[in-house]
Amino acid sequence: MSDTEDDASAKKFMFLTRKAPHGTIYAHEILEAMLICGAYEQDITALFIDDGVYCLKKGQDTKAINIKNFAKAYGAMDGYDIEKVYVDKSSMEARGLTPKDLMLDVEVKTAEEIGRLMEEQDVIITG
Amino acid sequence: MLHLVNKSPFERRSMESCLRFAAKGSAILLYEDGVVAGLKGTAFADLALGMAKHYRVYALVPDLAARGFSESQLVEGITPVGYDGFVDLVAENGPVQSWV
Amino acid sequence: MAYELNGKTIEHDEEGYLTDINEWSQELAELIAKADELPLTNEHWEVINFLREYYNEYQIAPAIRVLVKAVKKQFGEEKGNNKYLYELFPYGPAKQACKIAGLPKPTGCI
Repeated sequence: MSDTEDDASAKKFMFLTRKAPHGTIYAHEILEAMLICGAYEQDITALFIDDGVYCLKKGQDTKAINIKNFAKAYGAMDGYDIEKVYVDKSSMEARGLTPKDLMLDVEVKTAEEIGRLMEEQDVIITG
Repeated sequence: MLHLVNKSPFERRSMESCLRFAAKGSAILLYEDGVVAGLKGTAFADLALGMAKHYRVYALVPDLAARGFSESQLVEGITPVGYDGFVDLVAENGPVQSWV
Repeated sequence: MAYELNGKTIEHDEEGYLTDINEWSQELAELIAKADELPLTNEHWEVINFLREYYNEYQIAPAIRVLVKAVKKQFGEEKGNNKYLYELFPYGPAKQACKIAGLPKPTGCI
């Protein structure tokens, strides 16, 4: 198999989270789809913008609302070889958050950089 | 690429997010409740005019009609399309991002 | 569908995965393994306990590739490989071991 065929077999997927966790199912479903995709060794970019940045907030505890804390699974992304994790600078700042408040090592990007990243993808999965 | 916006800017901020991230020159299709963002005479009409200058903006006519509006009520620079036009936009514009 | 343990009924799905992971016990693990005709050794328990710790930390059951990598990190090369894990759990280390450990079907396993 040639190199180009190898490259063609791994598509560029972006998983874009725009909603806060726990209030709706969107963020949870995007995470599950992303991990399934990761199990198949695709080229994955995880991006958190708007209220999606709340998904990565440290110290989430869902016991008292009696639902499973799916957000713990963000910690498993590294094991699924999902290493490109980006958050939008202004979404984070608007919510008074800094990278120190987040549970993962993320790379902070500007809206313009994110716009370019989106253009490079084969598929964008979002909610 | 193609950005899809299906929420009213009066109710949600997805339109605003779309404009913050979308690279200049990309296509934006307004459909479902999103079509109201393209209408003349609303609080968002100026935004729509500005948007039409930097992006290729389209609005889905069946969704306009369903809400009692016609294509002549779109601000200048927004192109009305039917379902066939929607399909062409998806086919011709690379990745698609839905600002749901 | 359900397992019967000491007069108690413990529900499972059509593939044998527990409906409620809190119902799990070591005794139940032995029973689930017995249905697969798999006697559990210390080596099996090492993987089962590892999976339960993984689930406790991340709230998901790992896909096979991810499990192999994580086992390798924890126990080294001689255990963190497909051959070793398939010998322990012939129906698939992620699928079968997760079932015995009381976890849901692995994420990324269709």
